[in-house]
Amino acid sequence: MSEAQLISPLSAEEVEAIEAEIAHLPDRASAAIDALLIVQEKRGWISDESLAAIAGLLGMSTADLDSIATFYNLIYRRPVGRHVVMVCDSVSCYVMGCDRLRGAVEEKLGVKPGGTTEDGRFTLLPIVCLGACDRAPAMQVGKELFGPVAADDLDGIFGGFD
Amino acid sequence: MHDLSTMPLTGRLLDADAAGKGVVDLEAYEASGGYQAARQAVTGMTPAEIRELVKDANLRGRGGAGFPTGVKWGFVPMDGAAAEGHKYLVCNADEMEPGTFKDRYLMEKDPHMLIEGMIIGAWAIEADKAYVFLRGEYHEPYRQLQDAIAQARSRGYLGEGIFGTGFNLELAVHRSGGRYICGEETALLNALEGKRAQPRTKPPFPPASGAWGRPTIVNNVETLCNVPAIVTNGADWFLELGRGEDAGTKVFGVSGRVNNPGLWELPMGTPIREIIDDHAGGMQKGYRLRGILPGGASTEFLVEEHFDLPMEYATIQAAGSRMGTGTMILMDDSICPVDMSRNLQHFFAQESCGFCTPCREGLPWVEQLLLDIEEGRGQPGDLEVLDRNADFIGAPGNTFCLHATGAIEPLMSALKYFRDDFEAHISTGRCPYREA
Repeated sequence: MSEAQLISPLSAEEVEAIEAEIAHLPDRASAAIDALLIVQEKRGWISDESLAAIAGLLGMSTADLDSIATFYNLIYRRPVGRHVVMVCDSVSCYVMGCDRLRGAVEEKLGVKPGGTTEDGRFTLLPIVCLGACDRAPAMQVGKELFGPVAADDLDGIFGGFD
Repeated sequence: MHDLSTMPLTGRLLDADAAGKGVVDLEAYEASGGYQAARQAVTGMTPAEIRELVKDANLRGRGGAGFPTGVKWGFVPMDGAAAEGHKYLVCNADEMEPGTFKDRYLMEKDPHMLIEGMIIGAWAIEADKAYVFLRGEYHEPYRQLQDAIAQARSRGYLGEGIFGTGFNLELAVHRSGGRYICGEETALLNALEGKRAQPRTKPPFPPASGAWGRPTIVNNVETLCNVPAIVTNGADWFLELGRGEDAGTKVFGVSGRVNNPGLWELPMGTPIREIIDDHAGGMQKGYRLRGILPGGASTEFLVEEHFDLPMEYATIQAAGSRMGTGTMILMDDSICPVDMSRNLQHFFAQESCGFCTPCREGLPWVEQLLLDIEEGRGQPGDLEVLDRNADFIGAPGNTFCLHATGAIEPLMSALKYFRDDFEAHISTGRCPYREA
């Protein structure tokens, strides 16, 4: 076991899940994105400490891994709320009024895109096409997809998340 | 019961829907002949025979480019030193083209059909590893695929010695970190390797040197889903499914202000107007159709004069657009073409990987100019500036991949068909679609 693993703040469960991904790849660094998503799943975001630990586990430099982490839309290098609210802003949802929906969500949560509610429940982010164009305007909260969403639906939707 | 000989892609899932089940489970899939095509292919056909069959069937890629699938498979080295070692089959399930929602539907509702198509595709090129490259936002398809892969493995359809032969295949799902450029096949391969998703220079093309430098085929979800039924029913059957010159059926989609937005499996060559009126229920009351993006955000607008055209590759191309993914986005008369163009450019500017200067710098600049025009700050001459810059940014060859080209093409078509709207914004200093 490498020194990086011995001092790793990653949990045994996280390391096991990452090793399971590595098992079907030709080299360890190829699991970079999988590893980031696994750790983020548990912790909500990728801290500098998590980044360094993952880089150590995969045998790559922290800088290399950070260049990957910051490239992808779904990997968060800053803390987010318990649930990420993604309001689609792509063309089908645009045609069906996503700007109005985003305005209603901003008002309901009291945050602008990129912001997190004071109670730490929700972070609002824009997202590209969610592939739910027949249900436009669509949004995703955590892992749950909703659409078509009207302003009146928002209380019911957000009420389902702690 | 739906007829699988005319609705090979969606017949089973519509039956499952009718039975109140959300997904075609393994039992239902097998009961309707599922995995028999894979068995027949792996135990009774050579890889060369399958490649020929798919070539003869004229199956073309359903992810947007329309490249003949059997021809692509034929580029993989099958003997000699180049064929030794791992080969990969990768399913491009990174459905991120705005307005496209067909692959989600197929994976959520009938995941075994994709797995069976991948078994046959892998056998056709003698790949021993296969990956589904899946959008990170697609949580339900991920759950369905993980379950279905475990079931297929427990039945011996995946793993070692498939169907009692010497054919081994491992299949895993890679979830994307989320970037549109991952849909470009060489960018996808970099992402699969855990790297930034920047497109690679071509050649070499992936069938010669793809994932981890090994021969690799990348096929779209819907493309692979077509394969089992071609093995079962033959090339002639597939050729005759289309209404025009293209073979097979297609999952067409409509989104926008119609009465019944959705997806329908229809023969290739079904006319645009028929899809919109007969299947999508026509426009909602009070809205008039002005234009469509026929196959996603990167396809050029088509207008009234085109609506009787059949949805087939050559016809749509001759009309100045592309069939793309076959999921059309409708622009009605309440939508400002300038602002819709701004929305499209916002997407492409944001999703540029940043490697090539014309794309990284040019697209945000175009977005900003469109915003200025939309908000009444347009100047005489702005449209000519857009026309000119379209060449700098969008001409193939100025950038590594076709991202910027795909961004600029719909803008050019908007400038062509809706130029009066652009000019009115500039001459009056306001957007006529906004309330005064």
